[in-house]
Amino acid sequence: MASESSYYVPEQSRLPIFATVGLGLTAYGAANWVNGNSSYLFMLGSIVLAGVLWAWFGQVIKENMAGLNSDQLKKSYVWGMGWFIFSEVMFFAAFFGALFYIRTFALPWLGGEGDKGSTNMLWQGFEATWPLMTTPDAAVNGDAAKIAGPNAIIDPWHLPLINTILLLASSVTVHFAHVFLKKDNRKAFNWWLFATIALGVAFLFFQVEEYLEAYQELGLTLESGIYGTTFFMLTGFHGAHVTLGTIMLLVMWCRSVFAGHFKKDDHFGFEAASWYWHFVDVVWVGLFIFVYVLGS
Amino acid sequence: MAHGPQPGFKRWLYTTNHKDIGTMYLWFSFAMFFLGGIMALVIRAELFQPGLQIVEPEFFNQMTTMHGLIMVFGAVMPAFVGLANWMVPMMIGAPDMALPRMNNWSFWILPFAFAMLVSTLFMEGGAPNFGWTFYAPLSTEYAPPSVTFFIFAVHIMGASSIMGAINIVATILNMRAPGMTLMKMPLFVWTWLITAYLLIAVMPVLAGVVTMMLMDIHFGTSFFSAAGGGDPVLFQHVFWFFGHPEVYIMILPAFGIVSAIIPTFARKPLFGYSSMVYATSSIAFLSFIVWAHHMFTVGMPIAGELFFMYATMLIAVPTGVKVFNWVTTMFRGSMTFETPMLFSIAFVILFTIGGFSGLMLAIAPADFQYHDTYFVVAHFHYVLVPGAIFSITAGVYYWLPKWTGNMYNETMGKVHFWLSFIGLNVTFFPMHFVGLAGMPRRIPDYALQFADFNLIASCGAFLFGASQLVFLFNILRTINGGKKATAEVWEDADGLEWTVPSPAPYHTFATPPVVK
Ligand code: HEM
Ligand SMILES: [Cu+2]
Repeated sequence: MASESSYYVPEQSRLPIFATVGLGLTAYGAANWVNGNSSYLFMLGSIVLAGVLWAWFGQVIKENMAGLNSDQLKKSYVWGMGWFIFSEVMFFAAFFGALFYIRTFALPWLGGEGDKGSTNMLWQGFEATWPLMTTPDAAVNGDAAKIAGPNAIIDPWHLPLINTILLLASSVTVHFAHVFLKKDNRKAFNWWLFATIALGVAFLFFQVEEYLEAYQELGLTLESGIYGTTFFMLTGFHGAHVTLGTIMLLVMWCRSVFAGHFKKDDHFGFEAASWYWHFVDVVWVGLFIFVYVLGS
Repeated sequence: MAHGPQPGFKRWLYTTNHKDIGTMYLWFSFAMFFLGGIMALVIRAELFQPGLQIVEPEFFNQMTTMHGLIMVFGAVMPAFVGLANWMVPMMIGAPDMALPRMNNWSFWILPFAFAMLVSTLFMEGGAPNFGWTFYAPLSTEYAPPSVTFFIFAVHIMGASSIMGAINIVATILNMRAPGMTLMKMPLFVWTWLITAYLLIAVMPVLAGVVTMMLMDIHFGTSFFSAAGGGDPVLFQHVFWFFGHPEVYIMILPAFGIVSAIIPTFARKPLFGYSSMVYATSSIAFLSFIVWAHHMFTVGMPIAGELFFMYATMLIAVPTGVKVFNWVTTMFRGSMTFETPMLFSIAFVILFTIGGFSGLMLAIAPADFQYHDTYFVVAHFHYVLVPGAIFSITAGVYYWLPKWTGNMYNETMGKVHFWLSFIGLNVTFFPMHFVGLAGMPRRIPDYALQFADFNLIASCGAFLFGASQLVFLFNILRTINGGKKATAEVWEDADGLEWTVPSPAPYHTFATPPVVK
């Protein structure tokens, strides 16, 4: 069964049904929670899900080390990861698309421009600007507005610029890590990977700083109209992906340092994590340009 | 690898076998088909006469919403995934799906997701009532609290679809037997490859749009609120960017099934194989640039109206190529009319009617009249019922002998066909007329002049519903016995699935066959 030529089809597995229970509880619990009830189910579900995924990846690693995975099977994992990243790209595309639509069409129309400018009659006195500092609500209702705009926005040339440099550098370091792994230079691999993780953590640190500044000093929040909405949703989902990517890289680092995993010609776990990392990096470049620089 | 299935219920919980998982998908879909069908009958019962008699308007709205969601996400999509699970590995000579454990996960998420969705019916404030297209602000500001459960149910259904689609792509690209080049793949495999690509591209967009709703409802964002500078029309753009490819997700695999069945019973190879592949790819490509044909009346700059109008009409070209090829395949064939063939021929004719009404709707100025009337309901039911549902039914009859080892009862199959065929036309054809005359959709009452046609439609609906019981009965009988099927099942049918015994052994193609 373990021969190189046949495709390994696992006989039976408890993992997926437990993963389903975990995911189901997480989803049901999350809905319950945001509807104002307790968060226990959500917590329980997430713990189950995380535990099952841990066991699942562990199982796959064991199978690979036992030589069960033919080259063909490894390719299935490669395709799987590639298409997963594509689905993530499309998820971000929805939010970028929303930003473009709002900026190019919706806001100018609200401001009275073009064929559809008649909507301005509902919001008289509203002027379309970007960044949107005065929402239609604020333009009409002044201080009584429920959704007022931010007082100021993030300056792209401070923290965001630093973060851009950090993330771009981390893409380079993770590439070097890969190069050294392929040369079987374990020590250099560990160090370059460590550097990447450190850069990722630094990025997240500054991102948190930026959010604190936005909330505490600039009045820029999720609730501050469409600018805050698009700003936080795009950078927030990106930040969540950086967090996940950092965790993935950290797991890879631990596998290498503590368990001696990965061979110079067999290390798809690491490669998948590094692809993911390059992907979040590319998304950031899009954010830096379209949200920060062109948004200010 | 040599063993068979484990005994007991654990077989179904733990299985990694593509046939087991395919079976579960198909039964799940069938169950949802009946559940969604009952809701449709509630709708038709209420519309049997003008006036309000059976249900409250509020509940009527919940029925239209849940009917649509359950049929689209619970009946049609899982049925196609089930067929893909059963047939794709056998058609390309693979031992199983590429990622068998993930396959199990993709399936089992669905019962959980739908339990969650259906449970909203019993929640305070009732189930989602804003239509299957859940337009904001109906689905945000004015939604019942259960909308949050709907959102998370959609999230995990999406996860299931994406994982299922990734699995299918990986299987098709990576697991083909030696010699099975891309251009030798059966069309069902081709259409599924392209469908899977569409799924991976648009399910995340659906996830995005429900996330925006969630944020607007619970976290104070302004995506769909003009007061904060957002726009409810944004919802429609993002939704239909998912929604239009979604309708092709529900029809491309159908094209594949019909392209397998018609050659078998016409006893001729499929006419224009490669043009079928290119037509499918062009339809998939075009499906990304036509979404706003659902939004003509919402208002767009004139350039937008024109662009989406012409792009939509372009789709009729590759679709026409397909219809032409099916008809030409039958032309001068030695045709016989077993049940799968009957359903396939009806598919070709009735789907084409749906395509034509689609073309009418694509004409922006005309759509100003038709939009949100029963004409649209007639259109999409013609593409979905004799389109998607008939193709699935045809596929089930066609492959059932391979799955169970027994022949189904042909007479009963034909009875099922004719009752369904009559039932569906009686139900949906009159909707064209009431629609053109201005009857709006999604309203529990109507003006008196629409009464006759509605009465007819409701009778047809109950006939169609009842005839599905014949189908269920026939399947159960076939599973339990009947004339033994040969390996080939159908005379000279083409494809690797007919080279393995019937019923197909638990594991097929552990060593890949060689395809010449
Ligand atoms: C030649 C091909 C087609 C064309 C030109 C076409 C065109 C259209 C147009 C313009 C509309 C919007 C009508 C309105 O709301 O005013 C529409 C609605 C719809 N179409 Fe099609 N269509 C085609 C094929 C299909 C197929 C293959 C399916 C599914 C299998 C489908 C499913 C739907 C659905 C579900 C709706 C209504 C959605 C809703 O508002 O609830 N169509 N179609
Ligand atoms: Cu469409």
